[in-house]
Amino acid sequence: MTRLFRIQSKAGWAAFVVIFGIALVAVPWLNLMIPVDSPYHLPDYMVSLLGKYLCYALLALSLDLVWGYAGALSLGHGAFFALGGYCMGMHLMRQIGTRGVYGNADLPDFMVFLNWKELPWYWFGFDHFAFAMVMVVLVPGVLAFVFGWFAFRSRITGVYFSIITQAMLFAFMLAFFRNEMGFGGNNGLTDFKDLLGYDLHDQSTRVGLYVASVVLLACGFLIGRFISSSKLGRVLVAIRDAESRVRFLGYSVTNAKLFAFTISAVLAGLAGALYVPQVGIINPSEFSPANSIEVAVWVAVGGRGTLFGAILGAFAINGAKSYFTGAAPEIWLFFLGALFIGVTLLMPKGILGLASGLAARLKRPPAATPQQETALVAGREHA
Amino acid sequence: MLHRSLPCFLALFAALAFLGLAAPACAASDADLAAAVAKLGEPGFSEKLEAIETLATLGDTRAVPALQALTDGNLYLRDADNLLVVATEGDPDYRLSDPLTGAALGSAGFAELSRVIANNRLRSAIHTALAKLQIGDPDPTRRLAAAQEIARDNAPETAALLSEVLEHETNAGVRAAIAISLAKINLSSELPAERLAALKKLSDTLTLEVRTLLAPLTSANSDGSFAEPDPTVRKEASLLVSRIDRRLVLQDLALNLFQGISLGSVLLLAAVGLAITFGVMGVINMAHGEMIMLGAYTAFCVQEAFRMWLPESVFGLYLIVSIPAAFVVAGLVGIALERGIIRFLYGRPLETLLATWGISLILQQVVRSVFGAPNREVSNPAWMTGAFEPLPGMVLTWNRISIILFALAVLVAIGLLMRFTSYGLQMRAVTQNRPMAAAMGIPSGWVDALTFGLGSGIAGVAGVALSQVGNVSPNLGQTYIVDSFMVVVFGGVGSLWGVLAGAMSLGIVNKILEPYAGAMLGKILVLVLLILFIQKRPRGLFALRGRAAEA
Repeated sequence: MTRLFRIQSKAGWAAFVVIFGIALVAVPWLNLMIPVDSPYHLPDYMVSLLGKYLCYALLALSLDLVWGYAGALSLGHGAFFALGGYCMGMHLMRQIGTRGVYGNADLPDFMVFLNWKELPWYWFGFDHFAFAMVMVVLVPGVLAFVFGWFAFRSRITGVYFSIITQAMLFAFMLAFFRNEMGFGGNNGLTDFKDLLGYDLHDQSTRVGLYVASVVLLACGFLIGRFISSSKLGRVLVAIRDAESRVRFLGYSVTNAKLFAFTISAVLAGLAGALYVPQVGIINPSEFSPANSIEVAVWVAVGGRGTLFGAILGAFAINGAKSYFTGAAPEIWLFFLGALFIGVTLLMPKGILGLASGLAARLKRPPAATPQQETALVAGREHA
Repeated sequence: MLHRSLPCFLALFAALAFLGLAAPACAASDADLAAAVAKLGEPGFSEKLEAIETLATLGDTRAVPALQALTDGNLYLRDADNLLVVATEGDPDYRLSDPLTGAALGSAGFAELSRVIANNRLRSAIHTALAKLQIGDPDPTRRLAAAQEIARDNAPETAALLSEVLEHETNAGVRAAIAISLAKINLSSELPAERLAALKKLSDTLTLEVRTLLAPLTSANSDGSFAEPDPTVRKEASLLVSRIDRRLVLQDLALNLFQGISLGSVLLLAAVGLAITFGVMGVINMAHGEMIMLGAYTAFCVQEAFRMWLPESVFGLYLIVSIPAAFVVAGLVGIALERGIIRFLYGRPLETLLATWGISLILQQVVRSVFGAPNREVSNPAWMTGAFEPLPGMVLTWNRISIILFALAVLVAIGLLMRFTSYGLQMRAVTQNRPMAAAMGIPSGWVDALTFGLGSGIAGVAGVALSQVGNVSPNLGQTYIVDSFMVVVFGGVGSLWGVLAGAMSLGIVNKILEPYAGAMLGKILVLVLLILFIQKRPRGLFALRGRAAEA
């Protein structure tokens, strides 16, 4: 138990409790308790939006675990996210029952439309919530384990790893676009009714999902902290900075990376599972390579290898995206593109790195600037 | 020409018998011809029909205009002297000409003429007659049409005519059509020997049409009896069908191979620039696809400029002009990016990946703002449209062939550049050992910039080529970027042979899998195979060996 408390400093714990406490209490209170005509009332759509951001934050956090700590930039994390989402979506589809357009209790609407006669074998069991939840964890986890085992065993590192994860993602996207796959093809799964008996269109259900997202993100954050502060976490950082050297020292690089990759995929899958009931749809565009690369920039903007930075970055960029796509849609891609370039060129440690650099400079005269430090890290990576 | 001279002889005898004069053969035929043509003006339909049949048997092509005029409703009788004329609408009167010689006969008002009327039975008879006459036409396309027309009638009496023509026919396409028509007629013959002979004649035209013709002969009816009673004929037919099937399989394979090579050369063009930047500089350029897009839009701009300012006659050259233009545009953008952004990120490949992705987003949005989101159309110049058909049923379009040749030419040009110029030497030195090359006085920074420019320029040229086979849209680059990376990873970094082998094998495997698995599943299979392949050879097919491999 004491080990759990030592995963972050006292100040860290205080910040954790304050931030997640506010998120957990203030938002539902402002939405449900404050009357609608009050200026302090939080509109309903904001709750769903924040819930969506929380899922994105968990996805970013999971990527930070493999990229920020283990140094393996996966451009295929969208696949784990979407697979988790599809597992949840399949359960929600089964919950529709006879309330679909065709009123068919045995088959989802799109299968009736395709003239299918019976449910494919891989849909069995998704009637049960528990089974679906097990699948949400197992499907991305097993996929990541198998894929990672192949990739790390043959020592695929750096950009090669990024490219083959992207290829995997691309293959999934093509596959899920096919109607014959039995996952709704182009349109995906949508038109959900309720989850565990609660109506998804009900505001209280939405607040409930939001709260679940906050709790899950907090758990994900603590798991990440637990791993990164453990011995394994230090091995991961060492792998990131000098992989060959760690291998020569006798550590199993493959196992360490595989562990981080699998845990990260499970977290991404959970994020996807909570994302689907809140947005009400899952379709193959979640597999698009562009989405997964964007996750990398959330992490980079917040500051990688910090976990909290990933959360911060996900909120900052998605907030900006919501604003720009409403106010000036043609500016958004310019902004996002500039962000990709700017953050890599000017602030390689992200917002958090910038902030801690400033704090350090205020405390004592500058000994080593962040730029020099990165140069040092880069030099080691290159060696 | 037996079929022409035989009636000539008959006519000669007739002439001798009736007139007792030793007139030249063709003069007698001329008289017959003139008489038959004149008979077309008779009021009764049965007389007209007789006349048409006579004209068909006479086999003289000079009767064609008269028959044509009759079906088109241009054949008239002049009321004044009851002379048969062809009248074409003029201003204000109709212009008249002789149906046989075409000689002008002055003009007449519509009131002075009465039309020779044809009914549907006559028209179909004329159709057959025209086909019989035109089978001797010097124009092969007309002969082909005529042969097909005759085959449709399936009349036994035309068999002799067709086999006669077949002996003299030189054009392969017309020969095949005639052979099929002939065989069709002979196959419905009563005598097994004739049917067998027909099959033998078909043995050198192994096409799908022949197969559909023969398939009923080999199959059994519902009551177990055979459609073809004679066993030897049946055996011959089934033999022929299986030969055709083998031929068709081979042809399919060849066609798939061609399409595979065509796709492979598209991939080759898209990937070769990437291989250069990745190989030499270790830079993953996610904006490479956008360089392709810039090239395609350059081609579009050049095309529009040609349309606007230059005469129609030189329009076909726009594609030639856009190749260097695209190279320069994309190359300059590439150099600017390298000097402005990428050189600050050397040694940090993952950051480079993200920064270039940002560049690609910006370039896409720029193009979308300037040209608009919808697809732009870049037309094929006239010399690239159409197709080349080496075997019947095997259609190779010219734009695909041009792309294959162009891709190979680009590859050879790059190979020569790398091998024989001092810049190429410097580039190879930097690839193999950057610090040592720098120590030898090679300005590695400039080599990097030029290399990035070269890679981007080639991408631009690829864009020109791709504009000829696909849509030009701001998303053009995105469709090729994953494929290009696959090619580079498969082939191995920094090796032109690797890129060639990677592109061609991916293209061919894709196209060979496609008929069995469908386009998407084929692609998925290729991706899965590739991921498995990388397990065995993490550095690609043609990996660099030695110190460079460790970097």
